[in-house]
Amino acid sequence: MSYANLYEAPGPRGVRRNRVLAAAVALVLLALAYVVYVRFDEKEQWAAEKWTPLLRGDVWATFILPGLAGTLGAAVAGVVLAGLFGLVFATARMSDHRWIRVPAAMVVEFFRSVPLLLLIFFAFFGAYVLTGFHVSAFAAVVFGLTLYNGSVIAEIVRAGVRSLPKGQREAAYAMGMRKNQVMRLVLLPQALRAMLPALVSQFIVLLKDSALGLIVGYDELVDRGLNGIAANFSNVIPAAILIAAIFILINLALDRLAHRLGAARGQ
Amino acid sequence: MKSRYALFAVLVLATACGGGQETYASIVDKAKNDKKLVIGVKADQPGLGLRTPDGAFAGFDIEVARYVAKELGVEPANITFKETVSANREAFLEQGQVDMVVATYSITDARKQKVSFAGPYFVAGQDLLVRADESALTGPEALNGKKLCSVAGSTPAQKVKSEYAKEVQLQEERTYSACVDRVLGGQLDALTTDNVILAGYAAQHAGKLKVVGKPFSTEKYGIGLRKDDTAGRKAVNDALQKMFSDGSWTKALQASVGASGFALPQAPQLERY
Amino acid sequence: MEALLFERDTVLAAFWMTVRLTAVSALGSLVLGTLLTAMRVAPLASLRGAAGVYVSVARNTPLTLVLLFTGLGVGANLGVELSDDIATNNFWLAVIGLTAYTSAFVCEALRSGLNTVPVGQAEAARSLGLGFVKTLRLITLPQAFRAVVAPLGSILIALTKNTTIALVVGVSEASVRMREMIETYGDQVIEIFLGFAAGFVLLCLPMGLVFGWLSRRMAVAR
Repeated sequence: MSYANLYEAPGPRGVRRNRVLAAAVALVLLALAYVVYVRFDEKEQWAAEKWTPLLRGDVWATFILPGLAGTLGAAVAGVVLAGLFGLVFATARMSDHRWIRVPAAMVVEFFRSVPLLLLIFFAFFGAYVLTGFHVSAFAAVVFGLTLYNGSVIAEIVRAGVRSLPKGQREAAYAMGMRKNQVMRLVLLPQALRAMLPALVSQFIVLLKDSALGLIVGYDELVDRGLNGIAANFSNVIPAAILIAAIFILINLALDRLAHRLGAARGQ
Repeated sequence: MKSRYALFAVLVLATACGGGQETYASIVDKAKNDKKLVIGVKADQPGLGLRTPDGAFAGFDIEVARYVAKELGVEPANITFKETVSANREAFLEQGQVDMVVATYSITDARKQKVSFAGPYFVAGQDLLVRADESALTGPEALNGKKLCSVAGSTPAQKVKSEYAKEVQLQEERTYSACVDRVLGGQLDALTTDNVILAGYAAQHAGKLKVVGKPFSTEKYGIGLRKDDTAGRKAVNDALQKMFSDGSWTKALQASVGASGFALPQAPQLERY
Repeated sequence: MEALLFERDTVLAAFWMTVRLTAVSALGSLVLGTLLTAMRVAPLASLRGAAGVYVSVARNTPLTLVLLFTGLGVGANLGVELSDDIATNNFWLAVIGLTAYTSAFVCEALRSGLNTVPVGQAEAARSLGLGFVKTLRLITLPQAFRAVVAPLGSILIALTKNTTIALVVGVSEASVRMREMIETYGDQVIEIFLGFAAGFVLLCLPMGLVFGWLSRRMAVAR
């Protein structure tokens, strides 16, 4: 998307002015970067002994890769379960029966309003009181990710279905499909396709949120990776920069994938 | 409301991991028959229990665990160390996910309701960690107007504020490493928690940090075992007694936190019950 | 229930902190988000590039890490001290972190709002002789805002819940207190959780309703 319609194509004077401004902006940004560099340098954050451990194979094998596995494991389980939860509750919220619609709406609104951190805490500490079982940190994290993101996905799917032209539903009924067939064969597939970008952004949110697992000691990138490395080499900042970079790369890749899927489906 | 409880229960159950393994009445039987043990330890505390880059664990707790395991008939190679955090130590023992816990685990009456304790194998005390060139901070009373770091959700810092220095400013961090970073950086003045934990950090930053050395509380570290494992408790206590008397205990402590200049104490008196 | 009643002052203080964090960060995010949007559509490639990089970094980093960078990076290492009092200092550091994170989402929402403004609007503005800043300020951004009221509402709700992560920089808001209470009153876990959850539902549900109503009222009829 280009926004060139917001301004005139610059003339010779405009071009010159823009060049000066561009140089000024670049200078300000460079100056900012320089200040950060110097201040961090004073605190010895660039010291080699803080950065070289991040290049070591054993550091990756012991901290980063298991952490990555934990993050991705929780994220994949979360995406699958939240997707299921979302589909079920979106359908339930659009039900013709009041006794299904209202409780489903309550559940969705409740879990959309409660912070994920609280859900994870609760799953971890409350499960024993409720069921007599202790749940693992993994289960607590996936529980939280599923309920919260599932509720958001339910809303996304519902919005997708509502955005479809009325004719789709009417045509399906005219062909003699049952309610459940209309939803399953006609409305949901189109809604999911239309909402793909929103769904992928939500999955990115979910992946990032799995980092909250550190609160119950789940072995993910921040707990195992960052804290594990920092405990050995006391290099919190360098390790955090590396872990953040890993998250950014994964999420950008997901974003790219979503665009490609969208394009492949002719949108 | 009922239905929501039920929904929670179902969801929790659905996501809960079932773990079925052969159970023994006592850790002694398991050690004898399986020749294997799973031991819960801390993974992020230098000097006590730290996961090192080679994937192994190191520290004083680890040495104690290895010694005890050996006395029970389990070779070091057959020990699986499993990371525990403060929140899940009891749960791990009750569920049998670990056979024992050696993880700066203070013996308290409340915890005795849920698990049984051998030991203590170390008597720690709350103390302060300061920069090595700091001479004014000689104890908790000197903290008025200073900035003190502690780990979120811990009572020790509150205790300093209420009992020793009303004017102290408290900073809560999520990890000790973050506190250490800020004390080293000069932004905060001291970190408080158990002295032996502090000694671990002082050893990691030898010459830059020191433990003040005026403990103002008593924390008895015990080895957590499943509740009612009386035979296990006796066997572990016997192992500890041997470790104290043959010099291995002092050697392990010296190797783990000696570099901090921390005055090594005498081995504690076991409390058999 | 006793735990919640007994500690009601602590609980209320915790929620008051949540509200303050949310309000100040929301204001900051709105300002910074608008500025970022203007940068992203500006005639200068260097401004567009800087804002673009900023948004993709801030959006794709877990908030835990963003707050860690503000606490340890900006606070401890850059030496930024916003107050001599630790609690106040932490509050502002949390606001900086939450604003840095949330403004990226505001920027994304506003940018998609700009896409809904018909090309003719900007062209008409230019033909009247308005420059870039004036076109944006007077013509296109106001319409974009009206188109994205609902998404901005969702961002505000997310921000309210995200304040729970401020515990990373040592701010004692609701989640910290809930955790402490669960550890102290182990037998009342469910009541405590439902109590805190109810607090957030009370904060978030009205926001959703208000923004839903606003978005219908403010929608640009085309």
